[in-house]
Amino acid sequence: MSDTHAESIPFVRETTLPQAAPPTAERGVYKWGRENLFATPANALLTLVSIYVIYVVLSAILPWVLNGVWNAGSLSECREILAGTRGGCFAVLVDRWEQLFFGFKYPSDQLWRPTLTLVLFFFAVAPVLFFDLPRKLLAFTAVFPFLAYWLIWGGPILVPIVALVGVGAGYVVYSRLVAQSFAGGFFGGIAAAAVVWFLGGYLVDATTGPSSLLDAVPSRDLGGYMLNFMLGVTCVSLSVPIGIALALGRQSSMPLIKWLSVIFIEFIRGVPLITLLFVASVMLAYFFPPNSTVDLFLRVVIMITMFSSAYIAEVIRGGLAALPKGQYEAADSLGLDYAQSMRLIILPQALKISIPGIVNIAVGLFKDTTLVSVISMFDLVGMIRGPILASTDWNGVYWELLGFAALLFFVVCYGISQYSQWLERRLATDHR
Amino acid sequence: MTTLTDPAKGAFRPSMLLYDTRYRSLTLQAIAAIVLALCLMYLYSNLADNLRAAGLNISFGFLADTAGYDINQTLIDYNSQSSNLRAAVVGILNTLLVAFLACVTATIFGVLAGVLRLSPNWLVRKLMAFYVEIFRNIPVLIWIIIIFTIMTAVLPAPSAFRGDDPDSSMLFNLAAFTNRGIYIPGPYFTRGFGLEGNGGLNWILVIAVLIGSLIGTRAVTASANAKQEATGVRPKTLWINLAIWFVPIIVVLFALGLQWDIPALRGFNFGGGIQIGGPLIALWFALSIYTGAFIAENVRAGILSVSKGQTEAAAALGLRPRRVMSLVVLPQALRVIVPPLISQYLNITKNSSLAIAVGYADITATLGGITLNQTGRAIECVLLLMLFYLIISLLISAFMNVYNNSMKLKER
Repeated sequence: MSDTHAESIPFVRETTLPQAAPPTAERGVYKWGRENLFATPANALLTLVSIYVIYVVLSAILPWVLNGVWNAGSLSECREILAGTRGGCFAVLVDRWEQLFFGFKYPSDQLWRPTLTLVLFFFAVAPVLFFDLPRKLLAFTAVFPFLAYWLIWGGPILVPIVALVGVGAGYVVYSRLVAQSFAGGFFGGIAAAAVVWFLGGYLVDATTGPSSLLDAVPSRDLGGYMLNFMLGVTCVSLSVPIGIALALGRQSSMPLIKWLSVIFIEFIRGVPLITLLFVASVMLAYFFPPNSTVDLFLRVVIMITMFSSAYIAEVIRGGLAALPKGQYEAADSLGLDYAQSMRLIILPQALKISIPGIVNIAVGLFKDTTLVSVISMFDLVGMIRGPILASTDWNGVYWELLGFAALLFFVVCYGISQYSQWLERRLATDHR
Repeated sequence: MTTLTDPAKGAFRPSMLLYDTRYRSLTLQAIAAIVLALCLMYLYSNLADNLRAAGLNISFGFLADTAGYDINQTLIDYNSQSSNLRAAVVGILNTLLVAFLACVTATIFGVLAGVLRLSPNWLVRKLMAFYVEIFRNIPVLIWIIIIFTIMTAVLPAPSAFRGDDPDSSMLFNLAAFTNRGIYIPGPYFTRGFGLEGNGGLNWILVIAVLIGSLIGTRAVTASANAKQEATGVRPKTLWINLAIWFVPIIVVLFALGLQWDIPALRGFNFGGGIQIGGPLIALWFALSIYTGAFIAENVRAGILSVSKGQTEAAAALGLRPRRVMSLVVLPQALRVIVPPLISQYLNITKNSSLAIAVGYADITATLGGITLNQTGRAIECVLLLMLFYLIISLLISAFMNVYNNSMKLKER
């Protein structure tokens, strides 16, 4: 049998063939291009249109950027250097960078102060943004606002020190009393801080002398991108606690508290920020005591903080509503009172859910700080439209300046939104 | 054996106000009310003192006074002798105009970009992601200023259109793009009613005919649906619908003698046709592309929220792709898309107040800008301004609530 079988098969291959390469149509760039760019005739058309759009945009922008002039004293000098060819006049950025970043009145020999503040800001904000860093770094974050105030505004060092000591005293009293009752700790802390500030006020008044290490800089001398940055950071950090309070107030079972919160939130969300800035610039002064001078920066901070706290309250309310009811009931059944259950059970979870929303609000608010240029504050946009474009040297340099402003905002806002996405992935504890 | 009894009902003690949960909320609210009242009284007394010191009072009489300034783009009759109130109304109409236009175009941009971001085409996907990120991360004020600068600094002056060999020429001899605005042909009627005025009655007639056509096509669709339910065969409705839309309106327009007023160079500027001012275009376009980027994200999220199983189940039932889209995917996606879309419309309305940066005469620029500066009635003007925006917001929110309730999943 075996013999006949052997004769019927002339040849048996003993090794497998080496694998052949896939056909050209099914591999590499060709396959990728066919599947992703030219899958159907309509798709191919879209691809060609896209390539054309990219070509048009790049052919307009690239020569302009690459042929740009970086060293010139005025627009007419730029034009002489360019001699009729197309190119940007980026010399304006070199010439006016101080004004773009710091405004046109901040003393030139003091520019190291805001720069140092910015560097310290990154150290202060790092432990807030990245949880892996040692928690002890938060101590510097707590000190930073007072340090930053002193660095930017200058003046007697005693003012921020008294403010810091007051907050420290309040915190000590709060942490002593909070174990018995949150309300006792909260109001006790506020009272302690108020006492320290009150006494410190006399101390500051008594020691008015040439004791200031840094020259005082009035608020109206602040400007440029620094002003946008300061407004954004200050208002967002102030509005988070207010937003939490408003969100809890809106959830409250007490009708008076609830309706006050609802009215405040809906009112603020119903009007544009610009009308609130009008309030800050022309109306708010009427509500302060007569003969008191509250500078425009502070008034704007008050209004923008109110604005963003209403939006943040809505985001946090979403977080509170997203928690399952069992969490509230579990906290109640453990015998925790309202403050304890909120502090220990509800808010940690609700805030975690709300973080991406809060970051979105922060980005939006940072962009909205450009609106202060409308009430004649000289932020980045105000500087560009006011002093720089109005100067005889640089009248007509639109694209370089506006493009630079757009770039600055894009870098910061895109960076924050990338951080937010990273954080969202990081905080995701559900395994989906 | 123990018996449960009610806790002893002791006499009311003052300490129960703080420690008894039945009374504590009342105590807290009373304290809050007192604090609030004290704050309000303090603010009011400051206000009264400051006003007395400045020799001012609160009065809205200035609204009837002559405004004394001109507005370049108005929808209703207005001149510098009109009252401040009329200037405010002009501003309101201008706000509503730019908000409406921007809502329409932002929706178009947003839906296009959102759908294209899900395209299988890699290049288109990346391009749309680039559009969305660029526009979302740069303040709208900068976009408004950039587009306004394009309008004023790049487009040619009307004088460039003059002469035998002009530097610029009109698009198809119909529309002119100048740095003073865009001029497009304007329709007018040569026959019909009310020609002495602005032909308003004719327009009402045209709109009535269009509404009639809409009702007609709805009726045709309804009867086609009924027939499909009864027999399983859907009659063709395309041609009859097209006829209902186009035949009556063409007949009416011919009967009224529609003519087009084409803009032409007269003197130093263009005359005739419809002028759309540069500020309006800048605001309209900037709000549209900026908000379009946000709407694109909403649309993308909405379409992604419909799970793939839904599409596959519909296909398994034998529905064609178009009907899968219209009967299965869209109704579910819209439930996710529409609420954020409406809040984007609200944002457009609020952001239109940035008109003041480019000099478009909306309510913020008339009432909150020139009127405020000329009369010095800061408190009254700002309050009225806020009231207007508040009413618009509340109306849009109310509409959104109605929509949400009607679209809510019926749960047991």
